[in-house]
Amino acid sequence: MSLAALTIHQAGEKLRRREITSVELTAAVFQRIDQTDDRIRAYITLAKEAALEQARRADQQLMRNEMASPLLGIPLALKDNFLTRGLRTTCASKILGDFIPPYDATTVQKLRHAGAVFSGKTNLDEFAMGSSAENSAFFPTRNPWNLQRIPGGSSGGSAAAVAADECIAALGTDTGGSIRQPAACCGVVGLKPTYGRVSRYGIIAFASSMDQVGPLTKDVRDAALLLEAIAGHDPADSTSASRPVPKYSEVLNREVKGLRVGVPKEYFVPGMQPLVAKATRDAIRSLANQGAQIEDVGLPYTEYAVAVYYIVATAEASSNLARYDGMRYGYRAKANDLNETYRISRDEGFGAEVKRRIMLGTYALSAGYYDAYYLKAQKVRTLIKRDFDEAFKRCDVIVTPTAPTTAFKLGEKIQDPLQMYLSDIYTISINLAGLPALSLPCGFDGDGLPIGMQIIGKPFDEATILRVAHAYEQATEWHMKKPRIEDG
Amino acid sequence: MKITAAEVERVALLARLQLTAEEKSQLTLQLDAILEYMDKLNQLDTVEVGPFTHATEPSFALRADVVTNRPDPEALLANAPDRDGTFFKVPKILE
Repeated sequence: MSLAALTIHQAGEKLRRREITSVELTAAVFQRIDQTDDRIRAYITLAKEAALEQARRADQQLMRNEMASPLLGIPLALKDNFLTRGLRTTCASKILGDFIPPYDATTVQKLRHAGAVFSGKTNLDEFAMGSSAENSAFFPTRNPWNLQRIPGGSSGGSAAAVAADECIAALGTDTGGSIRQPAACCGVVGLKPTYGRVSRYGIIAFASSMDQVGPLTKDVRDAALLLEAIAGHDPADSTSASRPVPKYSEVLNREVKGLRVGVPKEYFVPGMQPLVAKATRDAIRSLANQGAQIEDVGLPYTEYAVAVYYIVATAEASSNLARYDGMRYGYRAKANDLNETYRISRDEGFGAEVKRRIMLGTYALSAGYYDAYYLKAQKVRTLIKRDFDEAFKRCDVIVTPTAPTTAFKLGEKIQDPLQMYLSDIYTISINLAGLPALSLPCGFDGDGLPIGMQIIGKPFDEATILRVAHAYEQATEWHMKKPRIEDG
Repeated sequence: MKITAAEVERVALLARLQLTAEEKSQLTLQLDAILEYMDKLNQLDTVEVGPFTHATEPSFALRADVVTNRPDPEALLANAPDRDGTFFKVPKILE
């Protein structure tokens, strides 16, 4: 087995015992990338030289026993919407095609201090807008389990890189499901923390009231380790919470006996893939067998979530993306006057989905439509949040499918934006309510594609989510399965 | 129709997007379908409901008003599409 297939905790143990070096581990990751990324295309930019230099430094620190960080010497991939000082950051957009950030995102800075190695920047839907990674301005990423299928999105490159062992673990961002849905499609673990748990500073903004950073990993323990490293208050992000960060990895082994698991009927509906419903129900039964108490809960406003989300998220996006004017950085078209320069730069620099969302958001915020769309959506968002407040009076976590289907085919939904939006139906309510949620593998469909289940928690209760996920993972073997990557 | 071609034109101007004729006609159809779907929100009576403001309690942290980052004009100008010495060069605004 290649060293690239290791988890963070497995590789960390070998590094600290001096069985392997970080340079060997990093070289194994790049060898794997050489072997498979011509078909998967998870990466936009590779950082091999810098990574090997970071690995050499980590090896020196390991030799001197200098640092106890579990991430010391571990190769991680970053979604290409994290600003990385000196390393090209495109957000998969032509408008930032040559952008070299002058500073690091806070999360990147934290990982650097922890001694992590950065393998490169992974592909995404342009500006993190999409559910299939097909909206990248450069190329689509393919699902390691089946090259004709999408890896999910928008963090499709990060999820595919983790599944294909093209990194040890990765970071992504999640505004409406962009960590959890690709994690489900690629058969890996993906965690979206509570809004405010992780700093957003230096993450290219999409919808600021919902954007959140989180890990994509090969198992639950790795998700706990990565979250510990990136969580916490940041003076540069006033929405980051000042609560202390628990030692998530130390509570994983607590049993789930007596925990109350809520199951909402609104998440098991006609139209979803039957095997997805069955796998999720089997997983709930497995938790019951371990002593968890199953409770029926209601989330009656679920059916309005997609409409609310695509008003609120596009409104915020239209405002955030106003900064791309071609003046101080980014693409600038040749034009006759200032206004035309703005309009042509933006028309040529943004892709179709980004323009569609800017248009929708601008419309929803424009005079005469603000009350009917934006204000109405924010009111219904209150109702969605109340749904969860009520449900969590009766349970400790809520378990649902992560997505209504397994990974669909490339090209299947790209012509129909509304159908694409509906593939986020189980994940977006969680962002609207600001809650934490994790996706982990819970089976395979008839075509051998992974199925993901979602565990939703109370605000800032990532510890309980991780504990439930870990208990399920220990009782099953889904996380040990690896894709066999087809020839091109 | 929820949205007309003229409204798409107006919104494109507000959003500073040029849009080709083909883009405009396609967007009119797509936005119309999406807005049609959004109509389901009107099934709900929200007269008594306040709009959502924030997901979790915001932390109001005070700090001293001091410069913490060293000025580095070269790093900031490095991404400029066009520059003149230490200035960003932009299209003419006044005739």
